[in-house]
Amino acid sequence: MNLQLRYFRGNLLQWGTVFLTALVVVPLLIIILFIVVNGFSALNLDFFTQELGSPARAIQGTPTGLVASIVGTIIIDTIGLAIALPFGLATGILMSEFPEHPFASIARILVSTLNGMPAVLMGLMAYALVVKNTGGFSAFSGAVALSFIMIPIIARTTESVLRITPWVLREVGLSLGLPRWRVTFSLVIPAARAGIITGILIAFARAAGEAAPLLLTSFGNNYLTLDISEPMDSLPQRLYSLAISPYKQWHVLGWGGAIILLLFVIITFFIGKMVNKQLEKNSARLINIKQEEKGNE
Amino acid sequence: MSDSTEIRMETKGLGVLYNKTHYGVRNVSLQFYNNQVTAFIGPSGCGKTTFLRALNRMHDLSPEAQVEGQVLLDSEDIYAPQVDAVVVRRKIGMVFQKPTPFPTKSIYDNVAAGLYLVGIRKREILDEVVERSLRNAALWDEVKDRLNHPGGSLSGGQQQRLSIARALAVEPEVLLMDEPTSSLDPNSTRSVEELIRQLKDKVTIIIVTHNMQQAIRVSDYTAFFYTGDMVEFGLTKELFENPKHPKTQEYLSGAFS
Repeated sequence: MNLQLRYFRGNLLQWGTVFLTALVVVPLLIIILFIVVNGFSALNLDFFTQELGSPARAIQGTPTGLVASIVGTIIIDTIGLAIALPFGLATGILMSEFPEHPFASIARILVSTLNGMPAVLMGLMAYALVVKNTGGFSAFSGAVALSFIMIPIIARTTESVLRITPWVLREVGLSLGLPRWRVTFSLVIPAARAGIITGILIAFARAAGEAAPLLLTSFGNNYLTLDISEPMDSLPQRLYSLAISPYKQWHVLGWGGAIILLLFVIITFFIGKMVNKQLEKNSARLINIKQEEKGNE
Repeated sequence: MSDSTEIRMETKGLGVLYNKTHYGVRNVSLQFYNNQVTAFIGPSGCGKTTFLRALNRMHDLSPEAQVEGQVLLDSEDIYAPQVDAVVVRRKIGMVFQKPTPFPTKSIYDNVAAGLYLVGIRKREILDEVVERSLRNAALWDEVKDRLNHPGGSLSGGQQQRLSIARALAVEPEVLLMDEPTSSLDPNSTRSVEELIRQLKDKVTIIIVTHNMQQAIRVSDYTAFFYTGDMVEFGLTKELFENPKHPKTQEYLSGAFS
């Protein structure tokens, strides 16, 4: 192959890559732009402070807003995260640090399955487990449904970041006469904390955008409530019901809600990035060790 | 100083079997004398590191490796069922091929880790141990003014001495070293070798080296490994000047490496 041809192929590949990336990024930007343009007019003080109430409010022009959905999303998602954290982290640690344990391979299959399971099934599972047994829809059952979404994500990312921490770190710990659990918790996990936190935030953001699991659990509520044993509103689910409603005013509210949901996700990722940057400074050397290890193999 | 003809550690018919099919090392019986440096030499893949790792139960973590035979520390088998690997490793420390400071921990915390993480938190005790260990690792003068700097900020040679200080902090009776200078430059290598010679007053040292000259410089006894067998063992001086086994002669003359 001559030099010219190689240059040509190089360029072709480069521009092909740029083109395909643009094909993904441009529609995404259009969606964001579209949402902002349509919803921006809905964002006023009432939007953040008023309950939605009945459709009559919007039609008659009395103050109405999505405070119930915003607060509900934060409450349900946060409780969901609190439930998911211990299970997700423990599963990830088991899969990475105790691979010889009989549960580890079973857990790996289950986590993969759960990861690919449609979100609405998580809702059904929470319905069967919580709603049926507690006698009604509640924010808590919604949180449980969201935790089913988060657990496999947290477990997966925890496992994979623990696995890329250098093996020798564990050997050093053991050679100092530390018990294995101590090595895991005091040496391996701190070295991987940046990645673990990123995984947790990804799970949090993913769950914040889910509507399907909440339909049969937290159900929705046009009025503000802080009682987690009551039905509670959430943004993704409210977006859906506003969008299919016959009221033009509610459509506008829906666009506004979409902006908030987008912001919520973007801010979560941004926080993740910041945390990562701070922690990465410290673990940069660890990654170097890992790369050297790979190079030597 | 204690008696250097006293046997500190001993292996009897030690073998490491991988995947139940092939031996990394087989049937090795060796004695390690108190406060002496014993070096393992041999070509790559001869089993010297595999053997070394069997001496503080590092193979416990690899389900594919099976250890046979006995390893006696002060006449007690460290593989006996009632013996806890964690206790064994407190007595038999290890220094690895690459310097491995905990990168996010300070120099002080690196050295104190072995004590701190098992619950010894008294500041006076830790201060004392950190200073003594760093002095023993010939690093104190270089780092005493920046003990709170991260371990990763030191040079390669300093990091390796920090790793040694960390291993010494838990006061092991035996220190295993797996090619401790293979990733260091000549100057750092010299300082680590110097350190090994000083340390043998305090601890029994077993060192794997890829470098025959290093074995001559630092060790009192040498064992030559070849394809999983321990071929010859003796006083370093004798083994190098007057090797008995033809394979040892070939290796020392550079016929293979």
